[in-house]
Amino acid sequence: MTLRIYVPKDACAIACGADEVVEAIQAAALARRQPVEIIRNGSRGMLWLEPLVEVVTPEGRIGYGPVGAEDVESLFAAGFQEGGAHALRIGKPEEHPFMAKQTRLTFARCGIIDPASYSDYRAHGGYKGLERALALGPVEIIEEVKKSGLRGRGGAGFPTAIKWKTVADAKADRKYIVCNADEGDSGTFADRMIMEGDPFELIEGMTIAGIAVGATKGYVYTRSEYPHAIWAMEKAIAAARAHGMLGVNIAGSQYSFDMEVRMGAGAYVCGEETALLDSLEGKRGTVRAKPPLPAHKGLFQKPTVINNVLSLTAVPHILADGGEFYANFGMGRSRGTMPIQIAGNIKYGGLFETAFGIPLGELINDIGGGTATGKPVKAAQVGGPLGAYVPTWQFDLPFDYEAFAAKDALIGHGGIVVFDEDADMKKMARFAMEFCSVESCGKCTPCRIGSTRGVELMDRIIAGERVEANLATLTDLCQTMKLGSLCALGGFTPYPVLSAMTHFPEEFGAPRRLEAAE
Amino acid sequence: MPHYEPWSEERARTVIEEFSHLEGPLMPMLHAVQETFGHVPDAIVPMLAEKLNVSRAEVHGVVTFYHDFRHEPAGRHVLKICRAEACQAAGGDALTAHAEHKLGCKLGETTADGRVTVEPIYCLGLCATAPSAMLDGKIVARLNERRLDALILEAQS
Repeated sequence: MTLRIYVPKDACAIACGADEVVEAIQAAALARRQPVEIIRNGSRGMLWLEPLVEVVTPEGRIGYGPVGAEDVESLFAAGFQEGGAHALRIGKPEEHPFMAKQTRLTFARCGIIDPASYSDYRAHGGYKGLERALALGPVEIIEEVKKSGLRGRGGAGFPTAIKWKTVADAKADRKYIVCNADEGDSGTFADRMIMEGDPFELIEGMTIAGIAVGATKGYVYTRSEYPHAIWAMEKAIAAARAHGMLGVNIAGSQYSFDMEVRMGAGAYVCGEETALLDSLEGKRGTVRAKPPLPAHKGLFQKPTVINNVLSLTAVPHILADGGEFYANFGMGRSRGTMPIQIAGNIKYGGLFETAFGIPLGELINDIGGGTATGKPVKAAQVGGPLGAYVPTWQFDLPFDYEAFAAKDALIGHGGIVVFDEDADMKKMARFAMEFCSVESCGKCTPCRIGSTRGVELMDRIIAGERVEANLATLTDLCQTMKLGSLCALGGFTPYPVLSAMTHFPEEFGAPRRLEAAE
Repeated sequence: MPHYEPWSEERARTVIEEFSHLEGPLMPMLHAVQETFGHVPDAIVPMLAEKLNVSRAEVHGVVTFYHDFRHEPAGRHVLKICRAEACQAAGGDALTAHAEHKLGCKLGETTADGRVTVEPIYCLGLCATAPSAMLDGKIVARLNERRLDALILEAQS
């Protein structure tokens, strides 16, 4: 009987040696005259276990990880073909505590199906959302998204339905759906994982958005650092087209929609939606002043929906199960689930999709198991390079847009980067300014000049020059950048800088203030 | 190892022509030019300007805006080390210093023998298995000194 084995094709698994594991399995199987079929799935998101190899047995799929090519012989010897005992055996992946604690909607299929297989996607509930969308029509689709309470998952948290309604109401000969897959924040990889592990879900979400607003063309703008995601998306787009799910009269309906993938060129600022649009048009990725909003004048000056990957991939579920079902999850005005990414110096790093409201400390200490180095956690930067450093005494913060904002922090794209006690907060503050100065598009002065001055000030503070006066100037500069910058790059760079200063003043050579210690 | 073609105007014309049917074709054209010749030569700027009916200054502005586009060819191998926060949290700084020491050149430079260019990269999306690097498009995570040395050896060979 043919042995069926899953080995992820996710970039993280490949970077940890998955391709070599595939070769080793093929060689070991050949030597035993054992026919074997290797399916390249996405990742389940338990990234410390990658490459996570799964064997199909009568009891279900049994996981082993992290498997190195050198482990394959011993796995065969231990009878892993039948799910045999081995030091790397983790049992059924879906029963692993890391998985069992999650609420997976967007990532329900990721790691389970073959991402390149249209029929696999269909067999696991794919295109149910689109079918319902076709039956409902544009007005009701937007109503359903409104009921779900879905807010933009890219970081800004703007209600998706309002954006869609604006584009739907705009009159134009051509409209666009643009997917912002320019996932440049350190500590985030959910967009990459879903594009590699369940690309049809993004295609379905964008198609539904197209029907809802009357757009016929979609672009996925992603990063040159993500070659595997680009490859997976292009393969899936071709398959969807071949099955009549993209192109003219999708699924035999009156609606037409097609899409393509475009690659950035290493500019972080292109993750800002208007810079992204300029880049798509073939220009420098310079931020546009708003208004006009992209919903009125977006790509090529046409009405454009621009949504993050995670917003668009939430849509098929909202349509399939109903907006109310989705809105049942979450807290306050943050509804539904959020794929949270736990990374950096972390023992059990990975993707954890759960309803909003989970405390930050639970994610880092209980689920993530603390630091990989075993040293005490010092702080976590949440929301990418523009996110605040949250100290351990604020780890009771629930994962919620408003709760974070109230503490001068942001959840951004849901990435958590954990640091241990060795982290040098002065250096991290300097890095934030330096990153901004390198990546600034140059259009507005507070960001372009402010970040350069910020690096200089940090250098003086680190050198111990007139510390108190320089800290005062830095605080002032941060206020200017916050209030005067055109986009989030200049506007949010002060978050990591000020949070590091506020929570760890002694590292900056300033006396520890009372409120910081509470 | 990537293999690049010597500059040829005729070849360049075919490369950019392939994308002329696209909306906003400049970025795909520039990527294709770099993939063919290993960098974006100055000579392509007037060709693109004419093709797209924009000024040379506009094309030059785009080429120089994006970190990916090279003005000069890189070394035979390109080692990109992630410098973003998640990799820093996992000991990336020490590894960068180690690579610079081993190669005898700083980030952004090419070794004297022209074999290896070492560059910073800001996030490969492998942040839960940090630190990470990329050698000529091959990604490697869970980097430590031993694995980095192996990569450097591969690049120098």
